[in-house]
Amino acid sequence: MDKKLIVAPSPHVHGPESTQRIMRDVLIALAPALVVSVIVYGWTTLLVTAVSVLSCVLFEYLIQKYLIKGPSTIGNLSAVVTGVLLAFNLPASIPVWIVVIGALVAIGIGKMTFGGIGKNPFNPALVGRVFLLISFPVQMTSTAFSTEKLADVCSGATPLAFVKEGLKGGTPASELMAQINYGDLLLGFKAGSFGEVAALLLLVGFAYLLIRKVITWHIPVAVLGSMAVFSGILFLINPEAYMSPLFHLLTGGAILGSVYMATDYSTSPMTTKGMLIYGAGIGVITMLIRTWGAYPEGMSFAILIMNAVACLLNKYIKPRRFGAKK
Amino acid sequence: MKSFPIGGVHPSENKLSREQAIEVLALPDTVTVLLSQHIGAPAVAKVAKGDKVLTGQLIAEAGGFVSSNIHSPISGTVTAVDLVVNGAGLRQPAITIKREGDEWAEGIDLSKEVVRECKLEPKEIIAKIQAAGIVGMGGATFPAHVKLSVPPGKKAEFLIINGVECEPYLTSDHRVMLERGEELLAGVTILAKALGVEKSYVGIENNKPDAIAHLQKLVASFAGIEIVPLKVQYPQGGEKQLIAAITGREVPSGALPIDVGAVVQNASTAVAVYEAVQKNKPLIERVVTVTGKSVKSPKNLLARVGTPISTLLEAAGGLPEDARKVINGGPMMGRAMVNLDAPVTKGTSGVLVMSGEEAERQPASQCIKCAKCVSACPMGLEPYLISKMSRRQMWEPLEAERIADCIECGCCMFTCPANLPLLDYIRLGKAKVMGIMRARAAAQKK
Repeated sequence: MDKKLIVAPSPHVHGPESTQRIMRDVLIALAPALVVSVIVYGWTTLLVTAVSVLSCVLFEYLIQKYLIKGPSTIGNLSAVVTGVLLAFNLPASIPVWIVVIGALVAIGIGKMTFGGIGKNPFNPALVGRVFLLISFPVQMTSTAFSTEKLADVCSGATPLAFVKEGLKGGTPASELMAQINYGDLLLGFKAGSFGEVAALLLLVGFAYLLIRKVITWHIPVAVLGSMAVFSGILFLINPEAYMSPLFHLLTGGAILGSVYMATDYSTSPMTTKGMLIYGAGIGVITMLIRTWGAYPEGMSFAILIMNAVACLLNKYIKPRRFGAKK
Repeated sequence: MKSFPIGGVHPSENKLSREQAIEVLALPDTVTVLLSQHIGAPAVAKVAKGDKVLTGQLIAEAGGFVSSNIHSPISGTVTAVDLVVNGAGLRQPAITIKREGDEWAEGIDLSKEVVRECKLEPKEIIAKIQAAGIVGMGGATFPAHVKLSVPPGKKAEFLIINGVECEPYLTSDHRVMLERGEELLAGVTILAKALGVEKSYVGIENNKPDAIAHLQKLVASFAGIEIVPLKVQYPQGGEKQLIAAITGREVPSGALPIDVGAVVQNASTAVAVYEAVQKNKPLIERVVTVTGKSVKSPKNLLARVGTPISTLLEAAGGLPEDARKVINGGPMMGRAMVNLDAPVTKGTSGVLVMSGEEAERQPASQCIKCAKCVSACPMGLEPYLISKMSRRQMWEPLEAERIADCIECGCCMFTCPANLPLLDYIRLGKAKVMGIMRARAAAQKK
């Protein structure tokens, strides 16, 4: 024969999926929320995001080249996603040098220590954020949230922190609730880490991710559902002491965390049953921290705690096998 | 729309030859008839070099119950009974015949008239099917008479005809259903009688609305047959998937279709059964789709068994310049060929030519734990896990993870964003684990 033929086992065709395409879709889903952040908080948000993304990519490139000594992995865009997510977890007023430290911890300790993409047990962006939260509490907590444009909104504190303080001070929840405008929460006119703000646009991104089959509904719905149930029960017991479920779902990192952080592939379970348990765990832990913990928001900690459980869920929760009794 | 319960993917259908009517391929000058073109023991040659044979004459006898008779696809002189190189590049025993005319053996009815009525007893029907060397023509080539001989203590409740053709590119069953619908349904009636079942289903993927409409019209004059349109989802035509889609019953791990009362036969097989029982015609020819994006004129060719694949490619405009891979079968489960002079067998449903870009695999990167393989697996397995365990030779845990259930459909690898060779490793692990399981079962018997 004059031509050499390729011989390989089946399948001989491959679908359109690739790691890069998935990461690109996540970035597209996050873009509208970034635009709103810029409108609400000004151009500094763009600067923080740019610094975060560039440092994440640079650190991954350097570590891969000089420490792991393997082929570059930045082309798959996962470091860009980590950079954007880290930035979305920071207040817009944060000094740039702290962002760089956060990126180093996120990529260096959170991701590359374990061997890079797919091998890290904890969400890298959250490792970075929690490191910063503990190391730089002043710059990271509520007083530092910039609300120059909306000076009257919750006096500079995030809605969650505002409510927590108010409840601690003995103000009835209904009175606090009266000061909160759900329309503002949905559209992003509130204080917060800048990626947390625009609930509605984050949900638009969620729809996009579902259509593109990047993620399934299981984790976000389990997280938000369990939060709603938990806060709903408390609210029914005593509406003067606890905030309504809707307030909890629209504030803090509830949507950003459940849709974009908890669904991180390598740190979440592989089976749909596992995903539901994992998501419900995140929702319950978040609400425990929000209701009785020291911090006003507990989404980051809840996700990191359940990240640690994901591998156990993979080991013990198996998919429904074909032919098994239904 | 009915479908199987879990997993699946939807590859581009690329049914390039769907509008091409079946074309009878000119008789080849020589044929090479492999003695093993079915699952089971190879057939035993009954002719020797120099013997004169007629078309349809028995030339090799089944080498056991799970084996199949083989008949001469042409008339002429046997030039060799020897080893030849098959499509995969391996040596296999075969009978080579040089053609002289086309003289058929006595008793074979070549008229086109469709004979629906069959007065034979079930046993006689099965005997005729066995004698005619009918095997599953969907690609698995399991001898048809074995599936029809229901073991004592088990009962067939339904006959399911597989007209799904879920493999991209292939259209041979599609054309057979369109052009030989009445014979197909007559074949279904015969198979149902042989099994003693009241109810037969013909499952067809919904991307063949013309075939569905055509058979639905014909079926009015047949009793107990239902045409079932199925969702376009690969692997809808997998035996276990098809049974689940149509009856809702799932064949348990390690069990056979008959354990849930089902017997499945391919659509082309039903036509072959009709010809064997009503016309005394053994299985010596079949429809083969010759296709590919750069193939000049994709075709559905009625070719005699033993015809060189290269002759089929010539008939479709020749092997294209940019051909880099030639596949015996479809792109999801077919086998890449090394030797294009290898012959058509009873299981050759298609010949697919791929150019360089399509043929090459993308480089693999790291698993990102996206779980797409888990949701794509139609058997409910975890391909990322069993692939890794196979690589690490963890045979015992692999058995517990039910690697033996894998049907090698390729959905996991098709969907993997990291381009990992998941199925390559799973195949190795499955072969090893099934070997261990068989050895253990044999030891327990003693």
